[in-house]
Amino acid sequence: MSIDLSQFFEVFFEESFEGLDAMEAELLNLEPGNEDMETINTIFRAAHSIKGGSGTFGFSSVSDFTHVLETLLDQIRDGQRALTAEHVNFLLKSVDCLRGMLTALQAEQEPDLTEANEIRQRFEVILGMAEDTSTTFDLAEETLNENTYQVDFKPYPHLFKTGNEPLYMISELAELGELETQVFFDAVPDINSLNAEECFLAWRFFLTTDKPVSAIAEIFEWVEDDSDIEITICGGLFDTGLADADADADADDVVEESSPRIEALPDKKENSMEQTDTSINKPQINSPAKNTDTKKASDSSATSIRVGIDKVDSLINMVGELVITQAMLSQIGEQDVTETTITALQEGLAQLAHNTRDLQENVMRIRMLPISFVFSRFPRLVRDISQKLNKQVELKLLGEQTELDKTVMEKISDPMVHLVRNSLDHGLETPEQRVAAGKDPMGTVTLNAFHQGGNIVIEIMDDGQGLNTEKIRSKAIANGLIQESDELSPDEINELIFMPGFSTSDEVSDISGRGVGMDVVRRNIQALNGSVEVASAPGVGSTFTIRLPLTLAILDGQLVRVAQHTYIIPLISIVESLQIDISKVSRVGKDLDVLRLRDEYIPILRLYNIFNHDGAIEELDKTLLVVVESDNHKVGLLVDDLLAQQQVVIKSLEANYQKVDGISGATILGDGRVSLIIDISGLIKLSGLKRPGSQELVVEQKSAGAA
Amino acid sequence: MSEQVEQISQLVLEGQHDENQYLTFMMADEEYGMNILAVQEIRGWEDVTAIPNAPSFVKGAINLRGTIVPIIDLRLRFGLADNDYGPLTVVIVVAVEINGQNKVMGIVVDAVSDVYSISEEQAKDVPDFQDSDNAEFVHGLVNVGEKMVVLLNLESVLNL
Repeated sequence: MSIDLSQFFEVFFEESFEGLDAMEAELLNLEPGNEDMETINTIFRAAHSIKGGSGTFGFSSVSDFTHVLETLLDQIRDGQRALTAEHVNFLLKSVDCLRGMLTALQAEQEPDLTEANEIRQRFEVILGMAEDTSTTFDLAEETLNENTYQVDFKPYPHLFKTGNEPLYMISELAELGELETQVFFDAVPDINSLNAEECFLAWRFFLTTDKPVSAIAEIFEWVEDDSDIEITICGGLFDTGLADADADADADDVVEESSPRIEALPDKKENSMEQTDTSINKPQINSPAKNTDTKKASDSSATSIRVGIDKVDSLINMVGELVITQAMLSQIGEQDVTETTITALQEGLAQLAHNTRDLQENVMRIRMLPISFVFSRFPRLVRDISQKLNKQVELKLLGEQTELDKTVMEKISDPMVHLVRNSLDHGLETPEQRVAAGKDPMGTVTLNAFHQGGNIVIEIMDDGQGLNTEKIRSKAIANGLIQESDELSPDEINELIFMPGFSTSDEVSDISGRGVGMDVVRRNIQALNGSVEVASAPGVGSTFTIRLPLTLAILDGQLVRVAQHTYIIPLISIVESLQIDISKVSRVGKDLDVLRLRDEYIPILRLYNIFNHDGAIEELDKTLLVVVESDNHKVGLLVDDLLAQQQVVIKSLEANYQKVDGISGATILGDGRVSLIIDISGLIKLSGLKRPGSQELVVEQKSAGAA
Repeated sequence: MSEQVEQISQLVLEGQHDENQYLTFMMADEEYGMNILAVQEIRGWEDVTAIPNAPSFVKGAINLRGTIVPIIDLRLRFGLADNDYGPLTVVIVVAVEINGQNKVMGIVVDAVSDVYSISEEQAKDVPDFQDSDNAEFVHGLVNVGEKMVVLLNLESVLNL
């Protein structure tokens, strides 16, 4: 019997990561001295599942590590040991460590055990069993040469009801080495009183193997609570002179440590509690271990999505409706054409349109997850950083049930971490400063998510000191981003923090301040078709607002015509569309026209020029101008005509071709033709417009070829 | 037609392990061949959507059952004089692996010609075109009866 266990690895990792997330969340809820038994039980169960699973799959490094953790939890649960803040810290650390080990294993790499061993030793010190286990493990390591073990296995009668089959364990034992089996059936009652569902047999095995004792214990891992197991060493083949009695005595200790009896172990069924949770699986946040092949890790994170059964049910309903409508339509199609059939056909088509739209919405919903999956990592982060910085911080999470697309979610989490770190490091003051400023010494960071007109808005607010506009300004001048003479409004100055290579932190800390921050944040968010803005008031706090489309797969687009070509401009970037008043256009430089629109000067980009299309209308007064905004930067796109507005499904142009500058993707229009979607910020870059930190736009000398 | 089919199946039957089948097509009175396993389908010419600032041999993109597929004019790719597209102009949709990525592309040729089984030995006969830009596109030259067929290396032809 050899089942290929590797097919279950993915599930194991997924569940383990979930378990770790649960442990982490519960640990953060623990208050030493006032701990809730249910919380500790949840943590214990999660740890136990991971231990059991990793043992089954042969990840002994993980199961050994979790074992120590579990022992401590067990003692706390039984009241033998009081929970201290130190314990919580160690437990949190070990959650990180486990996550690192599992990530490495998932990427099929050897986990780095230095940290694990360190933490384990400290746990052992706490548990006061450091000496015991070190000898155990020495023994375990040393028993590499062949030894003969005597294994006494006496299952409790209810063993079969727990779904365990001794025969499998015996054949697994046989795989370890040479096995001699004795069975004791003296407990078997006579046939009349025999209950076939109970186990009355007991076994004694003599196993000669080069595997350590832990390998044997592992086989019995799942039944250790449902049976008496005793593993004793009978002396190796090569040192038969060793007195059996001595070896037995030694080995008894071994067994005690390597298979503890956890009396109060909840029934295994309870472990499935986490699995009954119908919510969708969390996107795996693979905190990338240093030596992890990140590509592999990200690949594995994209493999699966757990969908609530209600969502699937409603999909099946929709498809049922669709089938009925289709049947109705084909029935109408078979009839003779009369006025009544035409009316019926039209009704049927309307219903079909309705069904299709419902179906589309429902399919989209499958990819939607509540943002709490991202938010849930922040309590830990805030706790760790505030401890490091000696600041008192309260984290408020609002709108956790707001749903957004899984892909967007995975990509938004890193920029958010960055913004929250920034708020903690730069935004919030130390308690002393806060008291001096007449504020509550406890600072507040609020994460808020809500929907607003087809977008999701995420706000990261702190009630700290706000952005230091003076400092930003002087730094920007020092970095050459702006000139001394430039007069900028406070908002414009605050904008500067999103420029590349900008950091105001005087000292580089390991939390933030390396100056590779905000511009990357902005770039990442823009890559998702979103935007990020900052609002700040000195002494009151600052708010970062991230706006994102709900999904990356569908976009509201404005179809425009340029010469004979149809392009799509994302509706979210359009500010307005207008006819050009030729008297308000002035020519700047060699070939840039600028339109004065109310108080602003809008550079006019001739799309046909940028895209090298012939046959477009060139006279400004006969065309239309679509004013679009990207990076707080408005430009007008010259188009021949505005066509319809419609939702378009984004398709990749890169998949079969390559990246095209100024184009973010393609879509298929109602008539089956391909149309390209304009990438506004890429287009501005392509046009050669530049913005050196001031409002003024200058034209870069274009190469002769492009003009 | 049925004769041709027979001929082809004959060729298939004769095909041995070291033989590959090549689909040949005409372009400016020359016959070119490509490994038939790369061919996905053969379509007539249809209007394409132009891709801005693309090289002249990239005619644009079409919708192939929901996938965006770029169309390459092989005449222009090889620097030959371009031809008007007519009802007989053919687009061969091919799947190739370029830099480790599987891409589906369409290539415009004058007409599809035939299918031959050609052994790798015959195909290896590559003359030395030191000063030709297109040398990397050629996998080999092979004689089929009276005709000479240029076997193409699609990966480099389509590595834009």
